[in-house]
Formats: sequence, C-alpha cells, structure tokens
Amino acid sequence: MKNFKEKLSGRVFLTLALFSILALAVITIFILVQGAPVIGKHGFAFIAGTSWSPGNGEFGILPMIIGSVAVTLGAAVIGVPIGICCAVFMAEFAPSLMRTIFRPAIQLLAGIPSVVYGFWGLLFVVPFISNHLGGLGLSILAGSVILSLMMLPTIISISEVSIIVLPSTYKDGALALGMTHWQTIRSVQLPAAKSGIVAAVILGLGRAVGETMAVIMVLGNATAIPSSVLEPVRTLTTNIGIEMGYAEGEHRQALFATGIILFVIIMILNISAQYITRNKSKSLKIK
Amino acid sequence: MEKYKIEIKNFNFYFGEKQVIYNLNLKVQANRILSVFGPANSGTTTLLRSLNRLCELNPELRYEGEILLDGKSIFDSRESVTQLRRRVGMVFEVPTPLPMSIYENVSYGLRLGQGKSKAAIMEAVELSLKQAALWEEVKERLDAPAMSLSGGQQQRLCVARVLALKPEVVLIDRACSGLDPISTAKIEESMSQLKKEYTIIISPHNVQQAIRVSDRAAFLLMGHLVEEGTNDEMFTNPQDKRTSDYVTGRFG
Amino acid sequence: MGARISQKIAKTLIWTIALTVIIILMAIIVFILYNGLRVINWTFLTEIPREMGQQGGILSPIIGTLTVTVLAVVIAMPFGIGTAFYLAEYTRGGAVTRIIRFCTESLAGIPSIVYGLFGLIFFVTTLGLGWSILSGGLTVAIMILPTIIRTSEEAIRSVPNIYREVSFTLGATKWQTIRKAVTPSAVRGIANGIILSIGRCVAETAAVMLTAGTVLTMPESIFSSSRTMALHFYLLAMEGTAMDKAFGTSAVLIILIFFINVVANALVNRFVSKGH
Repeated sequence: MKNFKEKLSGRVFLTLALFSILALAVITIFILVQGAPVIGKHGFAFIAGTSWSPGNGEFGILPMIIGSVAVTLGAAVIGVPIGICCAVFMAEFAPSLMRTIFRPAIQLLAGIPSVVYGFWGLLFVVPFISNHLGGLGLSILAGSVILSLMMLPTIISISEVSIIVLPSTYKDGALALGMTHWQTIRSVQLPAAKSGIVAAVILGLGRAVGETMAVIMVLGNATAIPSSVLEPVRTLTTNIGIEMGYAEGEHRQALFATGIILFVIIMILNISAQYITRNKSKSLKIK
Repeated sequence: MEKYKIEIKNFNFYFGEKQVIYNLNLKVQANRILSVFGPANSGTTTLLRSLNRLCELNPELRYEGEILLDGKSIFDSRESVTQLRRRVGMVFEVPTPLPMSIYENVSYGLRLGQGKSKAAIMEAVELSLKQAALWEEVKERLDAPAMSLSGGQQQRLCVARVLALKPEVVLIDRACSGLDPISTAKIEESMSQLKKEYTIIISPHNVQQAIRVSDRAAFLLMGHLVEEGTNDEMFTNPQDKRTSDYVTGRFG
Repeated sequence: MGARISQKIAKTLIWTIALTVIIILMAIIVFILYNGLRVINWTFLTEIPREMGQQGGILSPIIGTLTVTVLAVVIAMPFGIGTAFYLAEYTRGGAVTRIIRFCTESLAGIPSIVYGLFGLIFFVTTLGLGWSILSGGLTVAIMILPTIIRTSEEAIRSVPNIYREVSFTLGATKWQTIRKAVTPSAVRGIANGIILSIGRCVAETAAVMLTAGTVLTMPESIFSSSRTMALHFYLLAMEGTAMDKAFGTSAVLIILIFFINVVANALVNRFVSKGH
C-alpha cells in the first residue's frame, strides 16, 4: 500500500508535468496547420511583401514586422534606462518611507490590465504628441511610450531585487576604497547585478512584443511602412487583434500565419533569454 | 565470538570523482558509545550519513563495500530504507525542528505509520521527551511552535524526536557544536543514560567531548581510519603518532 | 573633486527621473480612480449593460470575469502545482526534465494574442465549445500555467533541504516527506503564485476576446459566451461613446486587482503562518 502510493505519486506528478509539453505541441501544431498554407502559397512574399490588402488577396506583412520592431525598440530605448534609473533609486536612494509606499504601488502597476495603459495613452500621450510634435498623435512614438510605461514596473521591481540581493560587502568594500556612492553604483553594483537586470529587460521586452490591445488604441494601425516615429503603424499582434473578428477563409489563415511569424520571433527571443539566464546561473555557481 | 551491532567492511565512498572514505573496516558493539572523530573533512559526517543511507539523497555519491546491521546488509534492497532509518536514527549538527508544534515534531515519525492510537503516541512523546531531558521544560506547552524553543532545547527536541521511534542505533553528528555548555551537559548526560537501550555513534565536536562521553573511539583522517580502540587506548596511549598529535592538539 | 561633482549630478538626475516616472505611473491609477469612482454605485455593479454598454451597469462582465478566472485557475492549479513538485522534488535533470522546462519557459513567452488564436481554433472551433466561458477559461488556464509552475517551484525549492533530510531520517517515504515536511512550508509561496495568476486572468484581454466572445447578456452556464470586464472596458474606450462607463469599469478592475494583490496576500499570510 505504501509502495503503491509512493510509485503513484511520482507517476502522477510526471503526468501533470508532461501536460506542458502537450500544450506547447498542440498550440504549435494548430497554429502551424492553420497558417502554413498561406505562407506556402505566397512564400517569401508573405514576409517581404509590403502590401496588406486582404480584399485583393494581398498578404504582405513586412510593414507589421517593421512596426513591431520599431515600437519594441522605441519602448526599449525609453523604458530600459528609465527603468534602471528607478531601480537604482528604489534600491539605493529612496528614503525608507518612500520605499514602503512605492514598492507595493509598483507591484500593483505591474498587475493592472494593459488596456488601462492604452486608455491613458489615448487620452494623454496621443493628444500631447499631436499638439506638440505634429501628426495625428496615433504613432510609433505613442505606442513606444505606452509600452515603456507598461514594462517599467516589471523592469523596476526585478532590477531592484537584483541590486538588493548583492552581498553588502561589495558596496562596503567599494566605499571603503574611497569611491563615492555613485561610483560604487556605477562600477560595482550595476555590473554585479547585470545578469538580473538583463533578465528583467528581456522579460519586459517579451511583454512589449506580445502586447496587443493597449497598442491597438494608440498606434493608428495603418498598414503602410512608416517613414518616421510620428506616423501610425501596425504591429504583428495588432494585425491579428484588429482583423480576427471578421476574417474569413484565406484572410483568416493569413492572420494565423501572422501568428506563426510572431511565434517564431518570440521563440527566438525566449531561447536567447533562456541561454542568457542559464549562463547567469553557471557564473553564479562559480562564485 | 563477540556479536557486533554494526560491521563496516571494506567501505569506500566517492563524491563524484573524489574519494572521501578509503577502505574502512570498523565494528561497533551494542550498547556502547562510539566516537568517530577527526579534523574537518575527514569523512566522519559522510560515514554517519551512510549508516542510515541518508547519503543516497545526493545522486553524485557512490559507495563500495558492505555495512551490516545485526549481520544483515543495510544495502539489501529487500530491506526497506524507511525501515532502516527508523532503526538507525540521526541527530543533525544544527538543531532542526520542523516548522510545526513541539508535539507534532516529536510524534512526526510515529504518525507516519498506521494504527497507533492517540494515547499511545502521547505516551511515547512523553517518554522520549523525558529521556531527552526536555519534558519538564515543555510539558505545559506541547502545542507551541518548536521554533520558539532555545537552541539547546531544540536540539534536545531533535533527540527526543529520534528516540520516539525506539531506534536501535542513534547517530549524533556534531550535535553540540553550536550549543551552550549547559545544554551540552544535558545532552551528554542523557547520552550516558541512553546507551543502556541504544547503540550510539557520535561524531563529537571536539576531542574533549569524545573523552567525556564515549566508551570507544575511532580516529578518521582524510577518509582513512587511523586507529580505533577504547577511550584509554585512544586518548592516553595512542599507537599512531597522528592520533597522539591530534588528541594532544598539535593539529586539527 | 570631479568624482564628487559627478556624484551630485548623478544623484540629482536619478532622484528627478525616478520620482517623475513613479509619479506619472501612480498618476495613471489616481486619474482612473478619480474619474471612475464617481461612476461606481450599486446600480452600476448590479445592472446588466444596455445599449452596448452605454447604459446600465456591468454585472454581466463582472460575472464573465469571475467565471473565466475561477475556471482558469481551477484548471491550471493541479497541472501547475503538480509540475512544480515534479521539477523540484522528483527529478535531477535528464532529458525529460530539460524538455519540460523548455516547454514551460516557452509557454511563458507566447503572447496572449497567440493563445487567443489557439483557443479560437482549438477550443472554439475544433472541440466545438463555441465562444464561451469554458473556451476562455481553458485558454487562459494554459496561459497562466507557466506562472503557477515558476512561482510554485520557487516556493518548493526554498524549503530548507534539512526539513527533507529530517523527515527521511524519521523513516518517512518520499511522498510522506513531500506531504508533511515540504508542503506546509511551501504553501504560502504557492498561494502567492496563484494570487499572481488570478490577477493575470482578470487583466487578460486579447486571449478572451477571441475565445470567450463579446456578448453582454447574462451568461447562463459555462457554455454561454460572455464579455469580461477588461474587454468591456477596451471596447467602450475604443468606441468612445460612453467614457463614464469606461472609467467606471476600469476603476472596478483596478480595485479588484488591488484587492487580489493586497487583501488576498494578507489573508494568506494570516492563515498560513501556523508553526513559523
């Protein structure tokens, strides 16, 4: 009886664990089966084509690929330095009262629905850009700002933790050598916390690439290739989000094919992220 | 011919590529206290953890040779390992109360098996707490978290927890290294009471403790058994120069 | 000298940037709550939306959100916690483990809109469940699985190894050790992970749009289609014809998330602290 329970529990846990493999496999297969025919039919023109016009049977997603890359890069350029700045502030400068207020607030911000950020962008960021920088306001810039705000809580809280968990001897040693607090942060603490910060950034960027609803609200969703950051654009995710509701036949398959491309991009990001974090755990072991 | 409780024969122990115990042969008499002592990393802890097969939790570990308990191999797969660990109890270097009440800690092993009545468990808890010289201090608050006890009390709780299972052999691994002298004295005192019923193998935290508590002692150095004998032989008249150097404090 | 000046500049700059950004972030919450709390009253919470949400309340989206969330968490929990126990306790590397780990980490990275696509073609169409709370719940369940696995595994791994060793030396089997010595100490961390994923379910929009549908009537069963609050808010905000209702909905959402984060955590800490 005891042995039976022993064996059973191991088997049950293994079976439950195998579910993840099954889920990933089924997801991959179903998306592939739906989308592959369109990629097969149009071939390279699906990725390199510049015209998306489902009514005329034209399915080129290059503008969306460019859109996704542009918006994500923009979000990274805005969000990463600011995020690290805030993390340093929270870990090193903030008075403890501020810390006790901000920390839960930032955690709450990480949990609020992305559409709330999109809504705020629609009401403030878009008009601001339109009034002060020109254009419609619905633009790559607006999308990048919203995505950077959205990923900030993630970057701040994870980076802050990776600075805080450093052994205090690092900081004490550097200060004892006569370094200023800022020199210590810049040349000792930030380099030591690098792998954690990089992981935070990758996690944040992953969310940015995958975000759909918040950016639909502020990107303008034009299918042309943009020529500046003030022009509207459509990303891979928004392409699916906007058109899936009414797509039929080949159009619908083309949206699944868009999903495949998105999936591939994300998988490349994931695998490189897993590679980086694996190296991180190795280097930690050597220490 | 004398019967031994434990016989270790040609025992080799490896951690990955590294060998930590070399061809060890050792016999342990019943109802005696044996001290296995030596400088750090000599293999004493490994040896103790082999005797209840706790070392098997680490997949990188490997052993050769034989350990017999009452003449039967402890590695015999027909003998259940949980049964073995109930017969060969262990107290760890640091106090290790589980995050539950005092009562739940002491009765942990008893409650695993089926069919013990509440009264029988309570009786065993009381008896083992008395044996470990802790009963008077905790009898009013058995439901208090074990973590609320002092370090010395926690360690005696761990002794009681092992005794509750009525083991045949008790392994004590540097069990007093972090304790105050009073708790140490209480534990050592209970040890000399306990050997009437149990065979005790202790890895003492220093030579003085070995001298105080044990009947016999074995000196381990870098995984080799240097010599083994009665307390008198080992501490007043050691045969090997390394033993006398160590017990007189020239190294270690 | 130069070092002290750069110290001053850097410190001022970091203070300014960080405070500005954190205040902007908090302003978003305050702005929504300020505009939304005025709309929230008893009728708003207990009436079904009328005229595409421009009139009436948000009762059916609230019910939709709660049912999708409960379904997703109930379905994902056994798989998530089971996988975590397998990864933390039953395996020491090996090919199967590496594949499981790769799959869970990959699942964590898939965008919610792709989960939506999958749910649409698999649950809604292939399995014939239609746009329904069940389809939405199943889809979101797979989505939150990696979160539950990761947080639970961390919680189990953080249980001191000595607890396991003690349990083994007292003659416990592996299963008894996990049940009696490991789980009680890991419960709090596991519960925190569950709370985190409840929050993700409530906030999810893209995946439920494609699987649970956008119907505003009261759902009759888990086979009915229903709009969730996040999606309701999105659709109202995009149409722009009933901004007050949009604000009200988002304020309810934020309060709900706040409640889940803060109150649930407090409850967990209160009831799971026994013995520590």
